[in-house]
Amino acid sequence: MKYLDEFRDPAAARELSAALHAVTTREWRIMEVCGGQTHSILRFGIDQLLPPAITLLHGPGCPVCVTPLEQIDKAIELARRPEVIFTSFGDMLRVPGSSTDLLSVKAQGGDVRIVYSPLEAVELARRNPQRQVVFFAVGFETTAPANAMAVRHARGSGVANFSILVSHVLVPPAIEAILASPECRVQGFLAAGHVCTVEGYEEYEPLAARYGVPIVVTGFEPLDILQGIYLCVRQLEEGRAEVENQYARAVRRQGNEPARASVREVFEISPRKWRGIGEIPQSGLRLRESWSEYDAENRFTLLTGEVDEPAECISGQILRGVKKPNECPAFGTRCTPESPLGATMVSTEGACSAYYRYKPHA
Amino acid sequence: MPDFTLSCPIPLTTYPHVLMAHGGGGRLMRNLIQQLFAAAFDPQSDTDSAVLAVSGSRLAFTTDSFVVTPLFFPGGDIGSMAVHGTVNDLAMSGATPHSLSAAFILEEGLPMETLWRVVESMAAAARACGVRIVTGDTKVVERGKADGLYINTSGIGFFEHALVLEPASIRAGDAILLSGDIGRHGMAIMSSREGLQFESDITSDSAPVAGEVQALLGGGIQLRCLRDLTRGGLASALVEISLSARARLGLTESAIQTRQDVRAACEILGLDPLYVANEGRFVAFLPADQADQAISILPAASIIGHVERLGEPLVTMESPIGGSRIIDLLSGEQLPRIC
Repeated sequence: MKYLDEFRDPAAARELSAALHAVTTREWRIMEVCGGQTHSILRFGIDQLLPPAITLLHGPGCPVCVTPLEQIDKAIELARRPEVIFTSFGDMLRVPGSSTDLLSVKAQGGDVRIVYSPLEAVELARRNPQRQVVFFAVGFETTAPANAMAVRHARGSGVANFSILVSHVLVPPAIEAILASPECRVQGFLAAGHVCTVEGYEEYEPLAARYGVPIVVTGFEPLDILQGIYLCVRQLEEGRAEVENQYARAVRRQGNEPARASVREVFEISPRKWRGIGEIPQSGLRLRESWSEYDAENRFTLLTGEVDEPAECISGQILRGVKKPNECPAFGTRCTPESPLGATMVSTEGACSAYYRYKPHA
Repeated sequence: MPDFTLSCPIPLTTYPHVLMAHGGGGRLMRNLIQQLFAAAFDPQSDTDSAVLAVSGSRLAFTTDSFVVTPLFFPGGDIGSMAVHGTVNDLAMSGATPHSLSAAFILEEGLPMETLWRVVESMAAAARACGVRIVTGDTKVVERGKADGLYINTSGIGFFEHALVLEPASIRAGDAILLSGDIGRHGMAIMSSREGLQFESDITSDSAPVAGEVQALLGGGIQLRCLRDLTRGGLASALVEISLSARARLGLTESAIQTRQDVRAACEILGLDPLYVANEGRFVAFLPADQADQAISILPAASIIGHVERLGEPLVTMESPIGGSRIIDLLSGEQLPRIC
């Protein structure tokens, strides 16, 4: 497969692994921020090619995992309303809210549909003018442009029965929250390539300087990740703390200007609660006042309030890189993909789920 | 009347309703079958067909239902699939398929012309497989209560050899043969469903495999166990066999053939082709010293791994870059990812 097989080449992987062994002289702890990278690392066994001195910590970059419980409960409340067609990407449907999940709501008669693009949800609204179509706008900077486009498209084409339930979060404030925490163990970061494809990496430069950590913008294929780790370790060994771009085939420093403009037109930066982490200031997006008619939380009166996490789940510590999934006493016993305690066990991008799927466990 | 909530072996607090995942070929379906159906009934084996001793000879007996939408898809339709599915389940026990039944659940309003096309396709598939459809049943339900039509087929077959093909026959060192490329049926269905707008030339692999099994048996291959890959794909089939045989299986990812367009579509949707449905592929466990001979009989097949040892149910796979991971059942169906 062109543009993919080249980045899974065994000989090149061995070369990069050898270079990494050669450059590593002491222990380093590196966090890959993105859940897609966590998934690749475990799926391809990349962690097994690293020098034992390097520890990978798995970050908060799984949109499913950090969506707060109350947003999921709001989604469930909306999906139960008879006039609503609730649309979402597939992997949100299995995430447990405080009492049930969207797949179970569907089994009990809720009109819950998987879509592959928010524009598909707008089209569904156009074809069903007597119903209210709500799209679950979840994700990082990556999904924000398409969601912005869907709202603009709905206004532009006069589709009034479309709205979005927003749960958008931003990566740089989360990196800063991790770095500012007194329990921080992270010495270097792999930043998520696709997030930077949209937003660029200027925002990461002051973070690298202020906290003295190297940040390497990294892609998702095995060779991308190996090279990202290599560049990060080389900086650490040389005592540098810069932003480097491993994913130059997709990422420019200033990002994708039209996509950023579209996001800025529709959304504004706001405080956001992260599941397992808590509220982080200026870490999310909400619809601007001028677009609030498309905000499902404005359109419908929702009863869902604050909700607490199951006490046993340590996903917060996992998402901050303080603990690894297999250090949780419930992992693989009281917490499995069939009966998850927290979202990190649900999404394929969640660190707990990836450990459960790809690593031997009892 | 018994108290269902107290006697039901499935923890109803976890799943008080049937979910789509209970039919997805993963762990929830396995739990449902083992804890609810098998606990109540008297299953003969954990293979695709029951093998019954009838008047001194062995008879294979199986059943399968077909609910695919759309009814017609690139490379097949519900009718041919309903014949191939049951013929293949019989073939997986090593039996020669003999006769099928066909039961139809029809939705009010289904165009008669559509039904006729499905029935013609079934008849043609049966002729091509050398089986007869000898009995059947018809029911009609109100509009909205079925997706056009559902088909159930059952089948019987007889044995022309003395081999017992089941997970318990697997031995340490056995080679694992995969009969062709994987993932085509699932991706052909996805690409033809409304709402998913990607254009491709992917056609379903829906086909009878009884001929391939007969060729292996006729060539003197001492088959131990066969399993056709349906829902849940290659990964689920191998994990199920590993669990039944308590065998540790080692696979090599680069030996598993996947068409470029199937892989590309899977990458875009965030799906793993190992778990995507097939309708004309099977895995065969056979003595390692017969692997070359088996490949010469089925040139499209490949050896994808070996039975490393018995006593430990585990499937591992070496990735193209040399790392290794375990392969496990999914909960239910794969769901496309956010990003």
